[in-house]
Order: sequence, then C-alpha cells, then structure tokens
Amino acid sequence: MNKTEASKGIEKIETGIEGFDTISEGGLPKGRATLIAGTSGSAKTVFAVQFLSEGIIKKDEPGVFITFEEPPEDIRKNVISLGWDVAKWEQEGKWAFVDASPVVGEDHVIAGEYDLGALLARIEYAVKKIGARRISMDSLGSIFARFSEAGLVRNELFKIATAVKQIGVTAIITAERTEEYGDIARFGIEEFVADNVIILRNVLESEKRRRTMEILKFRGTSHQKGEYPFTVIKNTGIVTIPLSGIELKQHSSTVRISSGNLELDKMCGGGFFRDSIILVSGATGCGKTMLSAEFAANATKNGERALILAFEESREQLFRNASGWGIDFEQMENDGILKVVCRYPEAEGLEDHLILMKSIIRDFKPHRVIVDSLSALERVSTIKGFREFVIALTSLIKHQEVAGLFTSTTGELMGGTSVTEAHISTITDTIILLRYVEMYGEMRRGITALKMRGSMHDKDIREFNIDGEGMHIGKSFSNVTGILSGHPVFTALEEVDRVRDLFKEA
Amino acid sequence: MDKFKLRLYITGKTPKSERAIANLKEICEKELKGLYVLQIIDVLESPQLAEDEKILATPTLIKDLPPPLKRIIGDLSDSDKVLLGLDLSPVLDSNQGKEDGR
Repeated sequence: MNKTEASKGIEKIETGIEGFDTISEGGLPKGRATLIAGTSGSAKTVFAVQFLSEGIIKKDEPGVFITFEEPPEDIRKNVISLGWDVAKWEQEGKWAFVDASPVVGEDHVIAGEYDLGALLARIEYAVKKIGARRISMDSLGSIFARFSEAGLVRNELFKIATAVKQIGVTAIITAERTEEYGDIARFGIEEFVADNVIILRNVLESEKRRRTMEILKFRGTSHQKGEYPFTVIKNTGIVTIPLSGIELKQHSSTVRISSGNLELDKMCGGGFFRDSIILVSGATGCGKTMLSAEFAANATKNGERALILAFEESREQLFRNASGWGIDFEQMENDGILKVVCRYPEAEGLEDHLILMKSIIRDFKPHRVIVDSLSALERVSTIKGFREFVIALTSLIKHQEVAGLFTSTTGELMGGTSVTEAHISTITDTIILLRYVEMYGEMRRGITALKMRGSMHDKDIREFNIDGEGMHIGKSFSNVTGILSGHPVFTALEEVDRVRDLFKEA
Repeated sequence: MDKFKLRLYITGKTPKSERAIANLKEICEKELKGLYVLQIIDVLESPQLAEDEKILATPTLIKDLPPPLKRIIGDLSDSDKVLLGLDLSPVLDSNQGKEDGR
C-alpha cells in the first residue's frame, strides 16, 4: 500500500456524504486539511459532524471533534434529528470531543506571552486515545474573538494544521464568511489551510433559499467545478445533487411498452420505448392526468409496478377521477403494484422533493414513474434551480432504466408552451401534445406525437374524446391549420388536397 | 486572609513555562508568603487535566480560591495584571481601583 502511495499522487478518502464523493471525484484529500467556508447558517457544522459520523457508520473510522463555538452538549442534541447518536459513539470510544468552546461567565486576564500549546496537546491526546482517522474543527472564527492578538492566533492555528498533517489524519476546518461572494474566509484563515477549499452557500434568490457547495480547490488532485445544489434532510444530513457528475451511461432499450391506449401506441409506431422519458404537454383539463392514469394502469395489467407522484391533485381527487375512467387505483395499491404519492409542491424545496422521489423509487422499484405535473414544481423554485431539478430527475429515472412520464401544463388554453418544456424537451425521448381546438363554437381536443426518438411515428394531429372508458383517438384534423400556435384556421378540403399534391413528386 | 489555591498549566519545559513559574513564585513570595498552595501541571504529561479545565492557551494560571475563580493567561511577566487577576490589586492606579473590592 505504502509503495504505491507516492506514485498515485494524492489519495482521497470517501466522506460518505451522498453526492459529495461524486463531485469531489472520490472524497477529501487523505491526510490533509480541507477548509469549509460559509456564511452563518450554511450548514458548516452539519458538514463537519457528518464527516465524522459517516466515517464511524460506514468505515468504522473513529473521529475527534474540536468545537470552538457550541458546547458538546448542544452538538449532541442538535444532530440527533439527523440520525447521529454522538453520545453513544463517545461511550463506544469512536468519537471524542475536544471542548474549546467558551466558558460562560468566565473571563481571563492576559499577563504576558502565551501560545495555544495546550489545545494542540489536547487534540493529539484525543486522536491517540481513540485512534482517530478523521478530525473536524468547528469553527475557527470564534477563537479569534476570544484572543485579541489575531497574528498570534493565526500563527498558532498554522502550527496546529501542520501538526494535524503530521499525525496523518484527514481534517476538516470550518470558518465563517461574511458574504456569499467575496473573501474566502475571515481573519485570513485560508492562508494556512489553503490546499483545499470548499465553499458552502445559502443564497436568497427570488425569495427562496438555495444551498449550494463548490469545491474551490483541491491542490494536486481533480474535482468537479462549479456550484452544486444540496439540501439537509432529516435522518440523513447533507445530500449533494451532482448534476454534471451524472453520467449518461444507461442502455437504450428497443423493447416497446404500451401507453395504455392502442391508438396512441399506433401513433407512436408501436408504443413507447421501455426506458424512455415521455413528456405529455397540454392545457388544464385536456386529459393529461387521464393519459397518465391509463399509462399506470397498463403497467399493472402486465404485472409491473407503477409509481405516481402527484403534485396537483389530492389522493381522493385522483382516485375518484380514475374510477371515472374505469380505473381502480385503490385495488391496485392494495395489490402492491401501484403507489400513489401526493405532495403539495410548496411543502418542501425542490432538492428535498428530489431526494424524496429518489428514496421512494429506490424502495418501491417501479417499472414506470409518472410525475403529474412537472410544471407544478416549477413555481416553488428559481428557473435555474428548476432546470437542475429536471436534469437530475431525468437522469435518476434513466439510471433505473424505467419509463418516466411527465406531464406539463401549458399556460395558455390554446397552443403555447411552458418553461417546463423548454428545459426538458431535449432530454425527452417522446413528446405528446394535447391541445384544445376551437371549432365552430365548440372546444374539441387534439393529440399529436411531436417527437418519438428512434422510431417512425404518425405526424397527424388527431381528434380525441374522453368518456367513461378513457380516451378515444379518432381522425386527424386534416383541414385545420394553426392548432399548435393556438390560432386554428379552417381550410376547404380541396385546398388541403391541392397543398398535399404540391409536394408530391411528379 | 484566606488561603490562595493556585494551579499553573504549562506545555512542556519551554522557556515560556520556566518564565511563568519564576514570575509566579516571585509574586507569591512577595505578596502571599505562607498563604498559598501552588500546583504546576504539565499539559503534555496530563492532557486529560487540560481537557477537564478546557485549557487552550498556556501558560494559564487558575485561581481556585478564594472565589471568584479567575484565569490569567501568559508568562505572568506583567505583574500588575497578575495582581489584578488575583484580586490583590495593590498599588493602585485609580482606574483599577474598582476591582479592589475585598
């Protein structure tokens, strides 16, 4: 092992923080100190605690936590909800605190020269006592507040950082920033642990908080660049969403599955592909939810599991509507082949929705995933956040090699597109448009397969009806133009024939 | 006068540690002769004792008795500050007079 170490350059240790090991391309540089800088409330302490916790849980590596700010008692209490029982680990000799938090009501007088030798001695003692492989120091700013000689403190901390390297443990040092985009950290801390710097941000954007992390530098080793969204969730801690780190390595299947509607299957050249992403776009009430219900019901008919993530309707509404189309969701759920999860879009941030979807998909292992509607989630996020969410969601579904059907509500009744479509259309394999067509004082409905990647498909816009048995697709609107733009114009049938002949080769 | 109970934490036998010990002994002999107990603790030898008292900086002098508990950090070369810390405030600059309660 030691022989190869030098030739391999800098080794990394997996932190165990979900997503972080992907964007850091393997974890934190081993045996080095990494600075985690962030404004107040940017989850620095959570990162520091999680680094040790994951080490204990996943790799049985003991850790020492040096706290400069919160007393150990507070930390133990605060992280219980994240699923980390620090007190238990302390008893088992896997976790040790070095308590450098201020003593309440006790001040000191400075009478001559001093150094922070005692702190270093305590750290070394704690590391030795439990055989620690990881240490976290949280957070350096407060020690500067207690000792007025900033130069001396900086010098002493440099000594500690160097000593930590020599002990061979991997360390995290957290430090405060005053603004999201500015100096790396206060008090020039970055100067002595500048090998590796990670920045955590908590930016207010369009009245929404958005957390991101960025690896600013890893000296001598590679990492992904840019900001990645993350969230802090109960019983898990930090989960990073590695967008560009996602590899598109899924296979492409040629197996077709039915949409649940024979006519639509025909329009799509024999059905959807088994691992494709299908976008169904249309104005409110034009049949998107029904189409998704049929798609789900068809899966269960073939003994496959379907998952419906509904963001627009309540469970009761959805079940009642489905029964109106002759689909019994309740029975399917009882049989364990269907799972319906209804959530209010505003209930959580997009990142949290994504993590939740991920865990449901992982547990339920569906063959088909339906999101109704994707555009409802648009309003709880910034445009940038939404785009990242859509990319992450599609890649999540593609990785499972299941079919994903997303619906998207267009803003206008006739024609039109939505932001959702703009973000998603290039990653979808199939796009189905449902549109209202106003005809002689009557609202009629049209359907067309706009895109069907890797297959021939029907290019007509066809009329369809909905009744107690579902959707029925009929003839094409051959004498109407401008349906998609929302301005239908009727043309005499002779004219239609004439135009058709125009493009025929003689 | 109450008896003084003092503890001095040092990190190894460095010049700074030696200076602190010498300075402290001089002050005590002068001001508290026969009235004090002094314990010297080397943090390198007894790190757990430093942990228990949450010592960060060395040298640190802790005055346990008489109350209130006081911490004095440094090599104790500034004897006026040391006396102030021990609540002995001697000679008295008027602006430090308030501290001289007892």
